[in-house]
Amino acid sequence: MNNYRKDLSSIVSLVNQGSRVLDVGCGDGELLEYLKKDKEVIGQGLEIRQDRVNKCVAKGLSVIQGDAAKDLSLYPNKSFDCVILSQTIQATGKPKEVLSELIRIGRETIVSLPNFGFWEVRLNLFLTGKMPITKRLNENWYETQNIHLCTIADFVNLCDELKINIKKTITFNSKKIKTFKEKPRAIENVIAEEAVFLLTS
Amino acid sequence: MRTDQNKILCSYYNDPNPLVLESGQKINEHQIAYETYGKLDKNKSNTILICHALSGDQFVASKHPITGKGGWWNRMVGPEKPINTDRYFVVCANVLGGCMGSTGPSSINPENGKTFSLDFPVITIADIVNAQLRLIEHLGIDRILAVIGGSMGGMQVLEWAASYPKKLVSAIPVATSSRHTAQNIAFHELGRQAIMADPDWKGGNYSETGVSPTKGLSIARMTAHVTYLSEASLTKKFGRKLQDKKDLGFGFDADFQIESYLRHQGLTFVDRFDANSYLYITRAMDYFDLEITHKKNLTEIFKGTRNRFLVVSFTGDWLYPTSENLMIVRALSAAGADVSFVDIDSDKGHDAFLLEEPQFDKTLDGFLSSVYSSLG
Repeated sequence: MNNYRKDLSSIVSLVNQGSRVLDVGCGDGELLEYLKKDKEVIGQGLEIRQDRVNKCVAKGLSVIQGDAAKDLSLYPNKSFDCVILSQTIQATGKPKEVLSELIRIGRETIVSLPNFGFWEVRLNLFLTGKMPITKRLNENWYETQNIHLCTIADFVNLCDELKINIKKTITFNSKKIKTFKEKPRAIENVIAEEAVFLLTS
Repeated sequence: MRTDQNKILCSYYNDPNPLVLESGQKINEHQIAYETYGKLDKNKSNTILICHALSGDQFVASKHPITGKGGWWNRMVGPEKPINTDRYFVVCANVLGGCMGSTGPSSINPENGKTFSLDFPVITIADIVNAQLRLIEHLGIDRILAVIGGSMGGMQVLEWAASYPKKLVSAIPVATSSRHTAQNIAFHELGRQAIMADPDWKGGNYSETGVSPTKGLSIARMTAHVTYLSEASLTKKFGRKLQDKKDLGFGFDADFQIESYLRHQGLTFVDRFDANSYLYITRAMDYFDLEITHKKNLTEIFKGTRNRFLVVSFTGDWLYPTSENLMIVRALSAAGADVSFVDIDSDKGHDAFLLEEPQFDKTLDGFLSSVYSSLG
């Protein structure tokens, strides 16, 4: 199982059966399909790219073509049981504003992100003196969509600043998956490649 | 059965029951002219109702009896097309108030044997939909798989979903609005004033003289036609090109291709459209405001709906812009409805929904197929 699949299955494990879910940046609708099948959710997606929206619509998913940076205002407060932002927060222009919007819209929010504090990333930067290129972060700095990369510690700090409650954290690398009640241990900022957070206001 | 009434060969339904209008007035009996394509399946579950726009009619995918041209949505409706007539039973009816066989101001008033003209009651989008519902029931259809329409057709779609959600599985409003804006009303008023300023209009009673206000109607059409295009599409198609000449004529003939094109649009329109129908139908659109008709806000109107929605807008449409369509999406989302939305990238203006837009075809095909297969 590759890390991407681990990321999806961790998210699925945090979603309650039959809940109303919004997947922000839903892509081809892979996660929504997975959630519909496994958790019988009532799912909705938000996706900016036309071809991806079409794929979702053809699969019978309900998806709105829009931009997470401005179209989240479409949704009233607490209009979803769960709002998911999977591997996208680091690619948004204003992560802080987006996170606040997600918390406003969802009773619960799930955010997954690549950990820039992972030891391989650190080592890569230390040894080469250049922006790290790893399996997970595989594009040059001038090409990558990831304009706001952060570490697990950075994200936890942002949640503290916004008074967002971390209910659960799942961290993983190619070898292990770990689940923490509330925040992860400090060492995870070094040994985890990715993290999934379950948040509430 | 298709019959030939007033040289319009299509199917007709004579509704013997009075139709009470939104205004409180009543039409005692009326006729609806319609076309169908494909076959109704055993469970009567494969119907797609297409609602036409202001200048459209029931000939969505068949040869027009007056112009001889192909159907206005030929590219979308037919075997192997997104609205696949091998799979779906397609119904398209001329709207109440229209002039292609359905009862309207050019029809004969059975009470006095004269043409209705302005004695025809003012109708609304809700009245048009109520007449369609009667037709659908007459055809023995309990539930429509999808109701789809662009522009004024989209208003009918919204009205169907607001008034008769249990009669539908899905609704596809395209390039439309939940209420006519001041700009929309303004352009319609230009058209109406052009018709009424034509001396041949005769206070609406031109049927007595046998000369219809073609000048006024063609100007109305020319004005409206510009609103269906975009600066980009006009520039691409015409630019400042001259019509059949090398130099400016220093006069007021059609020097530019765009002028000649518009004049042609106006002239051909009057052959197939009735001036009074144009007044009545534009009025119905102007009066359209779902919140006023239903005395609730948009979100409340759709609260609890089980219908699936696909809302479609086009980036280059300035008449029914993306923002207007997004208002519908916003309300449906807030109401907890199952809604998809696409904003098709196009520079063709409002008419884009009638033109070649492959992404629109793909979206529609995907949505309809998934709704169809969800019925098992």
